[in-house]
Amino acid sequence: MLIEKQIDFMGQRRIAGFASAALVVISIISLAVNSLELGLDFTSGTSVRLGYSESVVMSEVNQTLDDNGYEDAVVVSFGSDREIRVILAVDENVAIGDQAAQAAVVGETIAALLGSNSSSEVTLLGSDYVSSKVGSELAESGGIGMLVALGIIMAYISVRFQFKFAVGAVVALAHDLIITLGIFSVFRMEFNLNTLAALLAIIGYSLNDTIVVSDRIRENFRRMRKGSSIEMVNTALNQTLSRTLITSLTTLLVLLSILFIGGESTQGFAIALIIGVVTGTYSSIYIASNVILYMNVTREDLMLPVKEGAELDNLP
Amino acid sequence: MLNKYPAWKNILILLVVIWGLLYSLPNLYPDDPALQISHESLELTAGDMPIITTALEAAQVDFFGEEVDSESIHIRLNSLDDQLRAKTAIEDALTDDYIVALNLAPTTPGWMQAIGAGKMNLGLDLQGGVHFLMEVDMDAAIERRMEDNLSNIRTILREQRIRSRGLNLVSNTHLEVRFADTEDRSQARSELNSNFPELQIQSREAEGVFILDLRMTPETALQIQRDTLQANRTTLLNRVDALGVAEPTVQQQGSDRIIVELPGLQDPAQAIRILQRIATLEFHLEAELGAPSLSYETYTYEGVPVNVDNDVILQGDRVSNAVYSLDQNSQPQVLLNLDAQGGNQINRITRDNVGRLMDVLLIETKSRTVTSINEAGEAVEETEFYEEKELIMHAVIRSALGRQFSVTGLSPREASDLAPLIRSGSLAAPMTIVEQSVIGPSMGQENKEAGILGVQVAAALVVLFMAAYYRVFGLAANAALIMNILMIIAVMSSIIPATLTLPGIVGIVLTVGMAVDANVLIFTRIREELANGFSPQKAIDAGYDRAFTTILDANLTTFLVAAVLYSIGTGPVRGFAITLMIGIITSMFTAIVGTRAIINLVYGGKSVKTLSIGGSIKPVVAQA
Repeated sequence: MLIEKQIDFMGQRRIAGFASAALVVISIISLAVNSLELGLDFTSGTSVRLGYSESVVMSEVNQTLDDNGYEDAVVVSFGSDREIRVILAVDENVAIGDQAAQAAVVGETIAALLGSNSSSEVTLLGSDYVSSKVGSELAESGGIGMLVALGIIMAYISVRFQFKFAVGAVVALAHDLIITLGIFSVFRMEFNLNTLAALLAIIGYSLNDTIVVSDRIRENFRRMRKGSSIEMVNTALNQTLSRTLITSLTTLLVLLSILFIGGESTQGFAIALIIGVVTGTYSSIYIASNVILYMNVTREDLMLPVKEGAELDNLP
Repeated sequence: MLNKYPAWKNILILLVVIWGLLYSLPNLYPDDPALQISHESLELTAGDMPIITTALEAAQVDFFGEEVDSESIHIRLNSLDDQLRAKTAIEDALTDDYIVALNLAPTTPGWMQAIGAGKMNLGLDLQGGVHFLMEVDMDAAIERRMEDNLSNIRTILREQRIRSRGLNLVSNTHLEVRFADTEDRSQARSELNSNFPELQIQSREAEGVFILDLRMTPETALQIQRDTLQANRTTLLNRVDALGVAEPTVQQQGSDRIIVELPGLQDPAQAIRILQRIATLEFHLEAELGAPSLSYETYTYEGVPVNVDNDVILQGDRVSNAVYSLDQNSQPQVLLNLDAQGGNQINRITRDNVGRLMDVLLIETKSRTVTSINEAGEAVEETEFYEEKELIMHAVIRSALGRQFSVTGLSPREASDLAPLIRSGSLAAPMTIVEQSVIGPSMGQENKEAGILGVQVAAALVVLFMAAYYRVFGLAANAALIMNILMIIAVMSSIIPATLTLPGIVGIVLTVGMAVDANVLIFTRIREELANGFSPQKAIDAGYDRAFTTILDANLTTFLVAAVLYSIGTGPVRGFAITLMIGIITSMFTAIVGTRAIINLVYGGKSVKTLSIGGSIKPVVAQA
């Protein structure tokens, strides 16, 4: 049984710290060099979703588009082998006010074009048009949102726990977010509005984990009279380990079912969250606790505030 | 007694459970595809029914449940396919002033509707349709107000016989009036001060000319923005009606954007034509002979140049109705009705100008992209609006005009296009579509099915795991989990009329994964207390008790994050945040209070030797 065995988590704290630092550095470098593969939500252009009655021959699609003046069109498969997405950049020669109207027509045009040049039947499943203005605003508000969320969390934990725990939690969150973004960047996966929402959900999830562990650390400091800080933290991690693993497992079960069943539209979301849950589980064990120890948490930090009345009573 | 809820608490929980069941139930009844037929101005009665039923029979479309309510006729169809065929058939049978809208009719039993139990609204991504995000050009709205002011100031100065040496717009929030001496200026200043509280007035002197600077206050500009957004929204609502969509959404977003959602619509091009067409009328007088060349612009009317005075005597938004008809000479005309203020305005001006020529300009606003360089030296794309003006009427004022008169000089097509355009209200300011998305009906269906299956599989996996790992306690957690899903649905169907979107479904699924966290926390704690040598009853109590603060802290922080998500996000992000928030609240109830009630019923109030909570912990005999 998990809770019966004491694992010396904090014995490996230096190794874990180095490993995390390395991953964070790699992620930042990749983000700086590769940046992110931004989806239509953040850039601009028109995306047309098409359904085929038979499996799609991509080279054929590319050929047809090239031959008909859509050289710049990007074709990507969308979930199954019968669905594709054709992404077109905004035509600079068209007035902004008319771009939407053009996007509305281009879907029909491309569906008809590909249909007549293919043995399979092609249906227009839908289309999206995003002007450049909206995209950049979204990225901005997403970034601000993340900072606001981190700020609020820091304030809440400082009040409910203690400032050192707040730093631990926020460092753990930043660690999870940077590594998730880094993986998206290294593997050149599309970053869209869904992924942004997933990142914010990761904040919620990872925080959940960190809070549970912190709660136990606090409890141990208050209850156990003896033992070093490292022992306190280690005990707390062992006590919460089975819960940490079970919750991560149920959440992963759920995310895997979204990934495999929920349809293409939510895949990016599921992938981002799966990465987030894995790093979140790891960071609540190693990062948050590590930071708390590094900041020299003491029993005095966590003592219940002494009531004013009690103090007065003790006055001579 | 330990682990026994008082009767009132059990009853309360039972009531909440019944409420959850009752109000989530309507979502099991699929809607019928339906058509709603109405008329632009008339009320439909049972007498109109035969034309419709005959048309449907002729087209061999099966229908049922036809009924007449206050103003319109409703007909139910068997499939979405039939719905489209029926729409075409009915439209062919009726004249253009009837509106045939695609609709979904509820099939929930009457008693459910009577207690207010309805279905969740589904987002466009789950039912198909067209979504637009439109941006309003606020600069144009403000400039327009200033032009109005300019024209009014001119009238007032004339009426008060104050001589000015000209007035003009400096920027879209600033206009200046020039005078020959300070006396005229101070007289004008006091006059304008009382008439234009929205303008800040300052005196200035330059090169022997005495100038009044009139600037719009920031509060007024803000108010204009609010009014403009509201006016445009109303106009869009009217225009959307013409598209035949049963439940359109037209809502404001931020300070200058409007979201338009048209469920069921499949032709975005048609929607854009109607939504985005921006046309307004402006009424002017012809410039008098010998007028200074800056005071008029020259247009061509039937090949002849016409000098149109710059002052707008009436703006198009004073027009309350416009009807296309033929005059006594069978020439096309548009009959205009003005609102009261517009009527007074045109009457006052035409009364003094009988015999002069009145000009009507049709103004269409278009936009183009221009690239400029910003402070950082980067090239920035900006939308620039420009106007195309056409002189459509040039006619002699024969007598003072009232609230009703006709515009002639149009081609039949122009006249028939113009009438509905004016009728649906001219936009207070031009708009561009900055985001658009079309979701086909099959795509919507696919998303919906995939989403629902996702929830089912996710719930099944978690339920199996919990039952296997925590046995009886696991079953209690599972009951709570299912109750939690039903309660999220019930809350979204009745209390908070939130729209369920695909990200919203993902939010529910995620809640499923995280809601059991509370139970996992409690159960591991109970196991731990058992291992510490607590009696089963005491372990249950201590487990719930000690896990509570942790659960509260964890949920509160997650809720804060969800609230941030909701406040900064749009569309999909909001859909996700709202279900997450609702899920956190309902799960606190079901996972803590709900499971405790079940556990209390199973174990409470009796002597228990072991707990069926899984794990390899040796059953601890109560140490009495």
